[in-house]
Amino acid sequence: MELLSLFVKSIFVDNMIFAYFLGMCSYLAVSKNVKTANGLGLAVIFVLVCTLPLNYLLDTYVLKSGALSWLGEEFANVDLSFLSFIIFIAVIAAFVQLVEMIVEKFMPSLYSSLGIFLPLIAVNCAILGGSLFMQQKDFAGVGESVVYALGSGIGWYLAIVALAAIREKLAYSNVPKALKGIGITFITVGLMGMAFMIFMGISL
Amino acid sequence: MANFKETFLNPIFKGNPITVLVLGICSSLAVTVELKGALVMALSVTAVTGLSSLVCSLIRKTIPNRVRIIVQLVVVAMMVILVDQLLKAFEATYPIDKSLSVYIGLIITNCIVMGRIEAFALGNKPLPSLVDGLANGLGYGMILVVVAFMRELLGSGTIFGFQVIPDCFYAAGYANNGLVILPPFALILLGCIIWIQRSLDKDLQEK
Repeated sequence: MELLSLFVKSIFVDNMIFAYFLGMCSYLAVSKNVKTANGLGLAVIFVLVCTLPLNYLLDTYVLKSGALSWLGEEFANVDLSFLSFIIFIAVIAAFVQLVEMIVEKFMPSLYSSLGIFLPLIAVNCAILGGSLFMQQKDFAGVGESVVYALGSGIGWYLAIVALAAIREKLAYSNVPKALKGIGITFITVGLMGMAFMIFMGISL
Repeated sequence: MANFKETFLNPIFKGNPITVLVLGICSSLAVTVELKGALVMALSVTAVTGLSSLVCSLIRKTIPNRVRIIVQLVVVAMMVILVDQLLKAFEATYPIDKSLSVYIGLIITNCIVMGRIEAFALGNKPLPSLVDGLANGLGYGMILVVVAFMRELLGSGTIFGFQVIPDCFYAAGYANNGLVILPPFALILLGCIIWIQRSLDKDLQEK
């Protein structure tokens, strides 16, 4: 039950885009049509679900203060948490590179449809942000971190597909010249964010 | 050395990373609820972009092309750790909002940093790269401070935590706008800033 509420909460209430502005760059750049938005969204879900639990394990058993106590008494006071940024980003970058190579080798058709998005994901703030929020939230186990990753990935996916659908229609409307393109997109995202605000009051 | 000036001024106005290139929106807007957090964030990003552009430019000839993203990320992450440790060291004397800590970490994936390294530092000498990095950080910081100023003024009636809207206004029925504090408003405000900039400068308008 708790997992379910965490899941729903991470999709709607703590939505990566609307509540924290994470992954905004690729969100704005790759939301011109639904098809590419769909590809990027799925790739983000996949990478989040794989890297976040990995970073959780690293955080719990290597980085946290006292996390190395399984090595022996003398390591009980070691605190490596200042290294967490570099470790997390290395895990994410390495994982993305690895996935890219595997997909290229074994699933060429998927690679050609997803190819350009994969390297983009290494520098998507939503992925690193997920890991950093995970560190703050103090999850009880790997299960929670997987659910959190899945939830926030789906939240991001929903947001980008919704925006892409709106922008496809927006292309035909008569927007003031100076506001055209990125300006109106910002305002649209703002309005969408306001709509998502209704979930804020819900406590599960 | 006239183009030093150009390198420095271009990113601040005409090629502003946020309003024109649309880089680094991630993580930037969440810290604009108050001016103080925005200022800290702006300075941190300026330091990180400047220094990592410098370092990447120094080692640009030795980076193999295939693994350059990871090398760049490691350099940037190192700079961010330095900034983070520095902020932690001064936490006792200058307390910073705890929510900022995640966003400091997120400077690593801030597209401005990577974007400037890719687009400028890898093809230029160290000194221009440093200037370019710093200027982009400042251009970014400027927008951040403007947004934070509006949000803090309209949302809490304060600037840097000091009340600027007099009590008699509140007595007369003025109320702080709660919407301004919420995340969506930062986006709308940014949309308006872009709108103003593009009305003034017709070259930037999209066809």
